[in-house]
Amino acid sequence: MTTDPHTPAVPVPADRDGEALPAPAPAGLSRRGLLGLLGAGAGGLVVGGIAGAAIGGAAASASEAAAEGTRHPFFGARQAGITTRVQEHLHFAAFDLAPGATREDLVSLLQDWSYAAARMTQGLEVSASGAVGGSPQAPPDDTGEALGLPASALTLTFGFGPTLFEKDGVDRFGIAHRRPEALVDLPRFLGDDLTPQMTGGDLCVQACADDPQVAVHAVRNLSRIAFGRARIRWSQLGFGRTSRTTTAQATPRNLFGFKDGTANILADDEEALRTHVWVAESDGPDWLVGGSYLVARKIRQTIETWDRLQLAEQERTIGRDKAQGAPLSGGDEFAAPDFAASRAGAAVIDAHAHVRLAHPDANGGVRLLRRGYNFVDGNDAVGALAAGLFFVSYQRSPEQFVTVQRALSSDLLSEYIVHVGSGVFAVPPGAASGSYVGAGLFA
Amino acid sequence: MTTARSLGTLAVVGVAALALAGCVAKSDVATGDALTVSSSDTACDVSAATATSGTLAFDVTNAGSQVTEFYLLASDGLRIVGEVENIAPGARRSLTVVAQPGEYFTLCKPGMVGEGVGRSSFTVTGEAVEATGDDAEQKQQAVASYAAFVKDQVEQLLPAVTAFGDAYATGDDATAKAQFPQVRAYYERIEPVAESLGDLDPKIDYREVDAVAGGLDWTGFHRIEKDLWVPAKDALNADGTTPAWQDWAPSTPEQRRAFADDLVANVQELYDYVHGDAFTKALDEQGIAGISNGAIGLLDEVATGKISGEEDWWSGTDLWDFAANVEGSKNAFETVRDFAEAKGEDGAALVAQIDQGYADLEAKLATYGSLADGFVVYSTITDDDRRDLTALLNALAEPLSKLTSTVLE
Repeated sequence: MTTDPHTPAVPVPADRDGEALPAPAPAGLSRRGLLGLLGAGAGGLVVGGIAGAAIGGAAASASEAAAEGTRHPFFGARQAGITTRVQEHLHFAAFDLAPGATREDLVSLLQDWSYAAARMTQGLEVSASGAVGGSPQAPPDDTGEALGLPASALTLTFGFGPTLFEKDGVDRFGIAHRRPEALVDLPRFLGDDLTPQMTGGDLCVQACADDPQVAVHAVRNLSRIAFGRARIRWSQLGFGRTSRTTTAQATPRNLFGFKDGTANILADDEEALRTHVWVAESDGPDWLVGGSYLVARKIRQTIETWDRLQLAEQERTIGRDKAQGAPLSGGDEFAAPDFAASRAGAAVIDAHAHVRLAHPDANGGVRLLRRGYNFVDGNDAVGALAAGLFFVSYQRSPEQFVTVQRALSSDLLSEYIVHVGSGVFAVPPGAASGSYVGAGLFA
Repeated sequence: MTTARSLGTLAVVGVAALALAGCVAKSDVATGDALTVSSSDTACDVSAATATSGTLAFDVTNAGSQVTEFYLLASDGLRIVGEVENIAPGARRSLTVVAQPGEYFTLCKPGMVGEGVGRSSFTVTGEAVEATGDDAEQKQQAVASYAAFVKDQVEQLLPAVTAFGDAYATGDDATAKAQFPQVRAYYERIEPVAESLGDLDPKIDYREVDAVAGGLDWTGFHRIEKDLWVPAKDALNADGTTPAWQDWAPSTPEQRRAFADDLVANVQELYDYVHGDAFTKALDEQGIAGISNGAIGLLDEVATGKISGEEDWWSGTDLWDFAANVEGSKNAFETVRDFAEAKGEDGAALVAQIDQGYADLEAKLATYGSLADGFVVYSTITDDDRRDLTALLNALAEPLSKLTSTVLE
């Protein structure tokens, strides 16, 4: 990997709700390279800004191939990783605070995580001494597997679960009174088979990157930083995004082989973002304004059964054709489904087709910003592929997800899926430069 | 056999906040302050049970018939604050230490093996005192203190393992089973020392699956363990694959005698090693970094070998090993903690983190039992327990992994 700072730069795709775009990074700038550029002593909360100012400015045409050099700033009005162009890989982790952890522990953890995130998202090692620059007698601060890799569009998005505010009736961190009213455990849905080991959590981190090693490196190092203060409750690797957030991105396919996320909320649709994704001042609480709510669902797909399903039946179940993703009522992928269309007295789009039940029309106009990934955890005990969709959505209120999920109770698709993990988290707005994520909650 | 010493003291394991005792010149001690100790074959009489902090001199007379040793132990009953050895019958030797306020134990060890005699509480009152002596001297004292700890453990291991082997060889399985985890504790506290010898640890402590994989004759504790806790006919070995009875049968009385003798002989070899020049030289060369690395290494033992429950596959006594590893690790840490704590704010913060880590882990372990009263069988430990223990180990091992570089700063 080149470390030449004069390598032509690529622009960063639009994100952050239309704010001024951060200065782009040169393509292929490696962790070591950028560190060298900054000097070992530059490690600080303004790394992104310094780096941007030092090397920004150039522009070239955006292409997904060159996007591995993309750097998303960590600091800003909103957290990155929501409207950001969906990266190719995910490592999502839910954490529990250690028994006996104090408010100071929680704050210091968020500060340490923010510092590390500010560095890693810029393609830097987790600290100035990093993977090989420290004492030979000490274990390195950075675990090293991302050495030489570019930032790979890494974003780290942090959220707070209901138990952070109150757990078993105990206000561990003196923030129970600041819990958003909407932040409560999701209700039980028909067909749920949730495993406690894959459900809930005090904190969550969504690491998305175009290189899986970069995403895993981030979660691994954040976990290590947390030892003694918080520990991983569950985590999930995802590959193959199942949605898009920019017009330029092609609609990907899920493991059922169907296009997913065709009608997603896109980064440039400011009105939809305002209406459906960002917590408004009128919603409150103050510390969450400009943030969002994250719902994560680990959805196991019974792949083997699905694969035996006749093509026509698969398409009836989804309500779209498999080749193009066009609604069965006609048109191309992006045509609006005509739910009233009928043929020989029968609805063209089945009354229980997934697309019908999930559609805003069936849910009072409710929309979600989806950001899910496929997963395969090897195989299960009986030899079935342990595969599925790790569903992630962002919304202005968890109630939006509840509405849609309830509507899906008679979904034809539910015969082939089972929800095995779940989490809901309040995602605070972005950290101001030099501050830390969630600072408003402790102000 | 008795294990009165460990049994009596392990219950009081706590966070000892003792400063290192430094060596001081004899002339610093006012003669009036000297305490006298009379070591006989059965007693260890100290002229007073309390003293004021500062430089203390113990004037030890051997009134017994065997060569003796005198120890001043920290409140955990394990860490050696000061010791004087090789006192011939009729001879007098002196131990001089700088003692900080706190609780201690005094002890004599006539014959230089076993758990010692005349264990008594000893209290030091008054103000904390500044450690004296230069840095190099203090480091040398720390190394000597750790060497003494290792020797002490092996000295207790040797008679204990002999008694254990006899019970096993003569078919007194009930006694042998009761002693098995207690005898192992002496070994587990200092395991890295035996492991540094290369071929000794495999002979003493290899599990069957490792011996087979390594092409070794399978001997030692775990061979005996399988005879004592005879597996069911359909049981599997620790690899979860090979049948327990494949290439294995209960030992005959003759084989039992041979395995017992072999284990004792190997422990004797360990005893000879830690009492020889090579051990002293190796410790000196490594200095306090070696001790610090020993503290880290023992926790790694726990994380990789004990949490999985595959160490004591047939007896389920893994928690005894676990606790002994943690004790050995903590002892090594306590020996070098002052050097870390003296390294500015960061050093003090690191030490505080490590203290908290040991305290939390010990508290969790105590919910499962104690070395004194026994632990629950490892098969009763649930996945949730394992998760909790792993989290506590991580919380301790992460700061502990920075101890060596900190003391070397």
